[in-house]
Amino acid sequence: MRLFRLVRILRTALRAIRRNPMRTTLTMLGIIIGVGAVIAMMEIGSGSSNAIKDTIARMGANTILILPGAATSSGIGFGAGSSLTLTPQDCDAIIRECPAVLSAAPIVRARGQVVYQDRNWIPMNIYGTTADYLKVQGWTDLAEGEVFTDRDVRNAARVCLLGQTIVRELFQNQSPVGKEIRVLNVSFKVLGVLSAKGANMVGMDQDDIVLAPWTTIKFRVGNSSSTETASSSSSSSSSSTSQLYPGSQAGLYPVPSDTQAMDNPQPVRFTNVDRIMVAARSSSDIPLAITQITDLLRERHRIRDPKNDDFNIRNMTEMRNALSSTTMMMTNLLLAVACISLIVGGVGIMNIMLVSVTERTREIGLRMAIGARAKDILRQFLIEAVVLCLAGGIIGILVGCGGSWLITYFKHWPTETSVAAIVASVVVSAGVGIIFGYYPAWKASRLDPIEALRYE
Amino acid sequence: MELIELKDIRKTYYMGDIEAPVLKGITLSIKKGEFVALMGASGSGKSTLMNILGCLDHATSGEYWFEGREISHLSADQRAFLRNHKIGFVFQNFNLLPRTTALENVVMPLSYTREVLSDHDAQRRAVELLKKVGLGDRLNYEPFKLSGGQQQRVAIARALINNPSIVFADEPTGNLDSKTSEEVLRMLQQLNSEQGISIIVVTHDPSVARYAQRLIRIHDGLIVDGQSETSDPMPGGSQ
Repeated sequence: MRLFRLVRILRTALRAIRRNPMRTTLTMLGIIIGVGAVIAMMEIGSGSSNAIKDTIARMGANTILILPGAATSSGIGFGAGSSLTLTPQDCDAIIRECPAVLSAAPIVRARGQVVYQDRNWIPMNIYGTTADYLKVQGWTDLAEGEVFTDRDVRNAARVCLLGQTIVRELFQNQSPVGKEIRVLNVSFKVLGVLSAKGANMVGMDQDDIVLAPWTTIKFRVGNSSSTETASSSSSSSSSSTSQLYPGSQAGLYPVPSDTQAMDNPQPVRFTNVDRIMVAARSSSDIPLAITQITDLLRERHRIRDPKNDDFNIRNMTEMRNALSSTTMMMTNLLLAVACISLIVGGVGIMNIMLVSVTERTREIGLRMAIGARAKDILRQFLIEAVVLCLAGGIIGILVGCGGSWLITYFKHWPTETSVAAIVASVVVSAGVGIIFGYYPAWKASRLDPIEALRYE
Repeated sequence: MELIELKDIRKTYYMGDIEAPVLKGITLSIKKGEFVALMGASGSGKSTLMNILGCLDHATSGEYWFEGREISHLSADQRAFLRNHKIGFVFQNFNLLPRTTALENVVMPLSYTREVLSDHDAQRRAVELLKKVGLGDRLNYEPFKLSGGQQQRVAIARALINNPSIVFADEPTGNLDSKTSEEVLRMLQQLNSEQGISIIVVTHDPSVARYAQRLIRIHDGLIVDGQSETSDPMPGGSQ
């Protein structure tokens, strides 16, 4: 019976709204534009905010760096990353067993000269890694050529990718793909060229880079930096010929102290990597990813006491904060715009409802004479306002979605359908109807039936 | 049985410090099934009296007994309930909802009724009433397509939808020509004689008053004539 009554009230409201289609349309237009603007804003906004997030993530905000712990020998510390505890197997295990991790890549660093014909250059970074490195860095689009494969990594193939700076210095911007260059006197075939990335957050040129399979750098290129100390000593010599003979390699395995060995009994490892770079699934997953990696590495390295960790994990906290504050600001800005347009629409509704109450004074008087109580009249006008707003809101949602679709279609801006915005618009437009419809409805319900009936 | 009994009803309007007494002590009783004409010049207080009788307004003092209940102190909501269930109104200017079909206009009072009729029953009842007033073929006409007489007949049907005990007609023929006036008045007469619904017609026109069984003249806030229905010079309400 209650439902029945509600249906009847709704029908009365619809009938009253239908009685003046022109005015109804104009009234709804306020809400339609308001809600449509909100929806379009939200969709375009969340699309671009996601694009910004992607961009910042590509700058490395989602990456986590795992460095081996510090080695000490006879009381002399060698600094971060000097012990040899990370293995490629660790990296595989991280990919396999940490759900918060998108991908991970081992890195073996080397430093030295690259030569092509009569030109030479010392790149900032020579990284031995896997193809996943590009995924971790969000750098998967190549300028030309292709990436080396896992098979190249297994076979320690002498292939490499070059950054734009190297292409400029060695090849004077001719295509290097398929050419042979020599990296520390080992010849490599150039498979592809990385797209330009520019400087990183601290101003270092990220295009000044050679990427090759880590096995190749580790086993074929002489001076792969097994430790930081070794790498710095090798970089001081610009001549690569002195590194020709394996005999000149620095001691690979600084022997851990006896107590250390007792604390952490470890199986013999045959290879180690300098660092492992990890990309979390999203910036919010970073803390989770760090916990998972820490647990996994402790287990794999058989470490009970966190004090004895033989690895360090770093992340880009500052960049992450910048990212979240950027998106926060964007969202707040959009919300403010949304609120203003909805309030404007609501004032329009109130205005029209007031006009409508005045215009329908006689009708109100009649309804009261016929037996409508004050609260019936209040409810009727309130429901009319809410129905107007809701109808306007729903049309507005369609207009907004259509608008953002058109913008994507013609201008290729990234947009994203936001269910939250749609739900919020419906709720807010109903709310606007109630808030701005209440005063006119209250005014209508306070009319005196005798005077209302006599109103001309 | 007395349907309505007024005892010393007074109504005074206050405008600042000035008192303007409109009704100065009306005592009146109307029996069930009577057809009464309430006559008086404009400003005589007949509209005020009708508003009080029709529960649209309450008196400043005095007692109002309706079907054996004292109702002069009811709240606005209770009076609304009474108007909805016991009283029908017919107005001079018809007061039909614009752009709303005759049928919907007739059904309208049911939306304020406490016991809800199903849509089907409500429609059937409205159709029945419209047929009775001779508009069975105009159910879905909107008011602007109907003549004045037809509109007033829709209004009569609307007044009857809740089976009222009494119908108030405030100058029901004021906007009609003499021929349609006669139709409308005959219809009221017929309702009165066939269904025993009490009818009170407020008018200043003696030719309208002639249809009533009893005439109450009001002058300057007091009843001057027709206090007792037995002294009515025109029994039977004939011309």
